[in-house]
Amino acid sequence: MKVTENANLHDNYCLLKLRADGALPEMRPGQFVQVWVTHSPAVFLRRPISIHYVDRERNELWLLIQKVGEATRAMAAYSPGDTLNLLLPLGNGFTILSKTSDKRKLLLIGGGVGIAPLLFLGERLQAEGFAPNFLLGARTKDDLLQLEDFQRFGTVYTTTEDGSQGEKGYVTQHSILGKTRFDYLYTCGPKPMMMAVARYAASALIPCEVSLENTMACGIGACLCCVENTTQGHVCVCTEGPVFNIDKLKWLI
Amino acid sequence: MADLRVNIGKLSLKNPVTTASGTFGYGTEYADFMDIERLGGIFVKGTTLEAREGNPYPRMAETPAGMLNAVGLQNKGAEYFTDAIYPKLKELDTNIIVNVSGSSIDSYVACAEKIAALGKIPAIELNISCPNVKKGGMAFGVSAAGAAEVVRAVRKVYPRTLIVKLSPNVTDITEIAKAAEAEGADSLSLINTLLGMAIDAGKRKPILSTVTGGLSGPCVKPISLRMVWQTYQAVKIPIIGLGGISNWRDAVEFLLAGAAAIQIGTYNFIDPSASLDVIDGINAYCDEYGIKSVSELSGALEI
Ligand SMILES: Cc1cc2nc3c(=O)[nH]c(=O)nc-3n(C[C@H](O)[C@H](O)[C@H](O)COP(=O)(O)OP(=O)(O)OC[C@H]3O[C@@H](n4cnc5c(N)ncnc54)[C@H](O)[C@@H]3O)c2cc1C
Ligand SMILES: Cc1cc2nc3c(=O)[nH]c(=O)nc-3n(C[C@H](O)[C@H](O)[C@H](O)COP(=O)(O)O)c2cc1C
Ligand code: FES
Repeated sequence: MKVTENANLHDNYCLLKLRADGALPEMRPGQFVQVWVTHSPAVFLRRPISIHYVDRERNELWLLIQKVGEATRAMAAYSPGDTLNLLLPLGNGFTILSKTSDKRKLLLIGGGVGIAPLLFLGERLQAEGFAPNFLLGARTKDDLLQLEDFQRFGTVYTTTEDGSQGEKGYVTQHSILGKTRFDYLYTCGPKPMMMAVARYAASALIPCEVSLENTMACGIGACLCCVENTTQGHVCVCTEGPVFNIDKLKWLI
Repeated sequence: MADLRVNIGKLSLKNPVTTASGTFGYGTEYADFMDIERLGGIFVKGTTLEAREGNPYPRMAETPAGMLNAVGLQNKGAEYFTDAIYPKLKELDTNIIVNVSGSSIDSYVACAEKIAALGKIPAIELNISCPNVKKGGMAFGVSAAGAAEVVRAVRKVYPRTLIVKLSPNVTDITEIAKAAEAEGADSLSLINTLLGMAIDAGKRKPILSTVTGGLSGPCVKPISLRMVWQTYQAVKIPIIGLGGISNWRDAVEFLLAGAAAIQIGTYNFIDPSASLDVIDGINAYCDEYGIKSVSELSGALEI
């Protein structure tokens, strides 16, 4: 795929837009791609990155990337015209509730770069007739990304740890959780955050799906490196996940 | 177009390029990315008599030009393979070879017997070299006496092609190779992973749940190549070379060092169809140098 645009967002993130030569395959929110970073000798394995958004009109795939190490910094340095080798789409994806579901109040909770798959999810849910709510948390207001894009698909609530935007604190402390009874939760972010959300969901008896970020090698179910211990034993996050219902996980909630 | 066919014991491969156990699942995982029937063979993931959950996560650490793994032979057991996997694989037009592991002589033998009952599996690869299981596995593969004992026992019950996979974590691999040959192995594959370790300095903790794990990928290639060359001089049975192969040039180097066939392992993770490029590359190499049959290359190193 060819890079059409690569925008640095603040210091630590980039939004990479890629165009396919042929038509993009069907993709589901929550699925991911495996990026081959060819020009950085320190990087050997491919890197899993969530599908942030699919722009069908422009035949574009968007990735939202946080620069944490060699590979992600190399991705941030791509320029328009560069070509990338990607395996896609991988993984299972979030459950898209049916149009007629009685679960109408949906909350999509994202932390840090974990907000990435929620934009695509929000778009798809809106297309299915839902009015999704987003609760996005970050350290500071500079780490809250893509807010205007999220606002196109639903209502956005925010928290920051330093209080520089939205409510001060963690997502699980946001007042909306006390005011509205949600029917279904989706979450992606740092593991401690997802565990806090899972604890909240379990205690409030709300169904909840989490998207895990276990480290991967192959990304296609061949190596068994990415396993999560579930009620069904060790299962591959890359093929049976990355999205799991919290009922299946053996987290101490 | 050179003749790419090679024989390993009674097993005939349409070309010398196969994929390594534990890196290619059951083959079907890769069917979306390539035509797996073009391969000479597929060594499917390590199978034990009983199901194994494997080691806890984290099981993987990236290294310069390679990776460490500590999967620990997670698999659903020989019966599951027979009932659920074999029916899907038996119609494939390539050789499916099952990698057999155990924790005792009895469990190796029982697992080999179960696989022997499957008519469309022409060979097994006896894994006496896995560094990731506490009991057994490598324990057999690190001494000539241990290797001899397990090969002897399995040979008695397994009539088809018996390939023995050797561990590089030994002082002299040729001693183990000779012991396996003496007990009736039809072929040797080498190498399995090298015992290694990774530490997270910030956390002062090991990265792998098992502390140590098996190193693989391009970084191990000089070692595996050396071991293939040494073993080639010590035994008469055909050798399947592996360890760090990522392109046709690597593959040809292994053939020249004495391998009759090769396996591609970790590099499948980087480029799922790399093995097909290797087949094409070997063919082009043969054409360029006027080699009519790829088997002429085996051990053709000039020193
Ligand atoms: C299914 C899935 C989807 C993902 N989606 C995104 C995404 O949309 N955007 C994004 O920026 N990142 C995403 N990640 C995380 C991303 O894969 C890692 O940040 C990346 O591999 C780090 O590579 P690196 O070479 O830059 O850093 P490395 O040098 O490999 O690591 C730098 C630091 O990041 C940590 N790290 C490495 N890999 C991971 C990981 N898989 N999960 C969490 N921490 C890790 C390391 O422990 C280390 O502290 C996703 C991961 C998974 C498994
Ligand atoms: C994730 C992973 C799992 C493996 N599992 C097995 C296994 O079950 N049985 C086995 O004999 N070797 C196993 N191996 C070893 C490989 O088959 C091969 O011997 C080794 O990786 C060296 O080759 P390479 O550098 O081409 O990968 C595994 C390797 C990896 C990376
Ligand atoms: S990353 Fe290889 S099985 Fe999931």
